[in-house]
Amino acid sequence: MTGIYAENSEGIFKKSVLEAASYASQISTDGVTAICIGSPNDGEADKLAKYGVTKLIIVEGLTAFDAQNYSKAMAAHLAGIKTLVIANTYEGKALAPRVAVLMNASLATNVVALPDTSNGFVVKRGVFSGKGFAHVQLSRENKIVAITPNSIELKENQVSIVVEKTAVSETGNLTKITASNKAAGKIPLTEAEIVVSAGRGMKGPENWGMVEELAGLLGAATACSKPVSDMDWRPHSEHVGQTGITIKPNLYIAIGISGAIQHLAGVSSSKVIVVINKDPEAPFFKAADYGIVGDAFEVLPQLIAAAKAAQN
Amino acid sequence: MFIFYAKLLFSSHFLCLILQQSINMKILVCMSVVPDTTTKITFTDNNTKFNTAGVQFIINPYDELSLTKALEITEKSGGSVTVATVGLADADAVIRKALAIGANDAIRINANPSDGQFVAEQLAAIAQQGAYDMVLTGRESIDYNGGQVCGLLGALLNWPSVNVCTKMDVIDGKAHFERDIDGGRETIEAVLPVVASAQKDLCEPRIPNMKGIMAARTKPLTVVEPIAVDGFGQYNSFENPIAKQAVKLFDAQNAAQLIDALKNEAKVI
Ligand SMILES: Cc1cc2nc3c(=O)[nH]c(=O)nc-3n(C[C@H](O)[C@H](O)[C@H](O)COP(=O)(O)OP(=O)(O)OC[C@H]3O[C@@H](n4cnc5c(N)ncnc54)[C@H](O)[C@@H]3O)c2cc1C
Ligand SMILES: Nc1ncnc2c1ncn2[C@@H]1O[C@H](COP(=O)(O)O)[C@@H](O)[C@H]1O
Repeated sequence: MTGIYAENSEGIFKKSVLEAASYASQISTDGVTAICIGSPNDGEADKLAKYGVTKLIIVEGLTAFDAQNYSKAMAAHLAGIKTLVIANTYEGKALAPRVAVLMNASLATNVVALPDTSNGFVVKRGVFSGKGFAHVQLSRENKIVAITPNSIELKENQVSIVVEKTAVSETGNLTKITASNKAAGKIPLTEAEIVVSAGRGMKGPENWGMVEELAGLLGAATACSKPVSDMDWRPHSEHVGQTGITIKPNLYIAIGISGAIQHLAGVSSSKVIVVINKDPEAPFFKAADYGIVGDAFEVLPQLIAAAKAAQN
Repeated sequence: MFIFYAKLLFSSHFLCLILQQSINMKILVCMSVVPDTTTKITFTDNNTKFNTAGVQFIINPYDELSLTKALEITEKSGGSVTVATVGLADADAVIRKALAIGANDAIRINANPSDGQFVAEQLAAIAQQGAYDMVLTGRESIDYNGGQVCGLLGALLNWPSVNVCTKMDVIDGKAHFERDIDGGRETIEAVLPVVASAQKDLCEPRIPNMKGIMAARTKPLTVVEPIAVDGFGQYNSFENPIAKQAVKLFDAQNAAQLIDALKNEAKVI
């Protein structure tokens, strides 16, 4: 039996959970069990059934995320599950190693493809910050595969789903969340399918209006290079690269970013890369699919106008 | 005689006040040694090994942050900072750099750090022997990018674990953190002992000064042999990402063509 962790984001199963379901249902021969901690909204179970999940176990009673409590609550429902698929979100990353210890599993994180099972169980995972991939053989009987968001294609496999509810009591919490600050309504960078990003070439924070306008038109999240967040032109949560967030959107548009190796480390796995830079020698062009050599202050208004026209 | 003891008592009490509650935090900083961030990554032996020829090795950038933070905490509360690295003798030069930055001592577990699970078991054994109040790791090692060790250590030690921390502090014997969550940040407190991992923004990494470099030469670097651990698997082979095709350029005067290509050719908008 294959399992997935159905991360509950305010009652909703996000795309990364459906990717985990797609992954699990393609490697399982006897159904997929999803474990959710918290209370999913009505209709969310059907979303899982569409991607092959045959059973949903809802564990209630834990109020706030605590990696220790959550992993223990999960481990209590893993009987019969040999392979567990978890999306590599912050929550998934906090949980996967702890569950791996509890179920004595081989653990692979940053997995980007379905396993090769022709000879054992070999996963492909990203290493060296996007500069390489490794094929890793997982040898323990139990396995945890933590998949990178946006790397596994959604594959429909409609089944019928059984929903079970259980509860645990919350005791002995060793951590306590004292405040939480989520940017409401904004698309989290790691989940965005389109990202519009800008660097020092934008000259100053006052010029980001154009970047945000283009992002808004494309339904994109915004990102930036490290110096831009270091200088507080943009919030730190937007910094992508080796020391920032690693992203893998379908489209990454880089405006006024030189393309230093540390920046590329966080974005080079994007499916399509567009670079706008006034310097034809900017290293980023070597990693780009499409590009415009030109001044951002001339190119951006044109792109905005064209994106508007394309919408109508 | 009596006066002497009284003096001693008084002065140590005085010291306590200076050191703010003097809880004497014992912190273990787990440090991995990784290729410099500018390294061009290539593989040898039929793509079964990372090619280390000409590669410069550094302290994993996130571990530089946790080391600096550990020093800031112990400077305030009293205590000591020990660095632990799973690695072979060639890691010693980088470990000395951590001692130069300010760690009190270092332990090297003499083994090839083949994967996060092996490494975590070794570090857990060290943590258990040392009665530490806090074990710090980085968010991830920039070589094999597992991002596993913090959580693995938490589970192996049965301690709470808090990952991707952008702030850390110890006040009145409790740990306080700010950490990244999907789409935002949250603040969280934890009882000691605790494992936590460093995310960028935690602090400005310290760099060694001359005095530190001199002092590092004589600080203790203990080498211990690894414990036996169940295998988790193995790295069969490596590959580089597929090289991109040449970039397709559009004229700056015709930016609209780019939107058209993204829509109708690449089909990504
Ligand atoms: C250990 C380490 C870790 C690092 N981690 C990261 C990381 O995670 N992420 C990251 O981004 N960086 C990181 N860096 C920094 C990285 O090396 C670069 O310094 C940084 O990415 C440069 O940012 P930038 O491209 O915005 O600025 P610059 O390098 O200054 O480039 C600006 C670009 O804008 C172009 N430009 C200027 N004006 C215009 C205009 N009007 N129109 C169009 N184009 C214009 C210029 O031609 C230039 O190419 C790291 C460095 C180190 C040492
Ligand atoms: N060989 C090692 N020796 C000591 N600590 C390590 C080692 N490898 C990883 N770590 C620690 O674990 C963190 C996360 O590494 P990883 O889980 O491998 O990405 C690093 O930032 C270090 O703090």
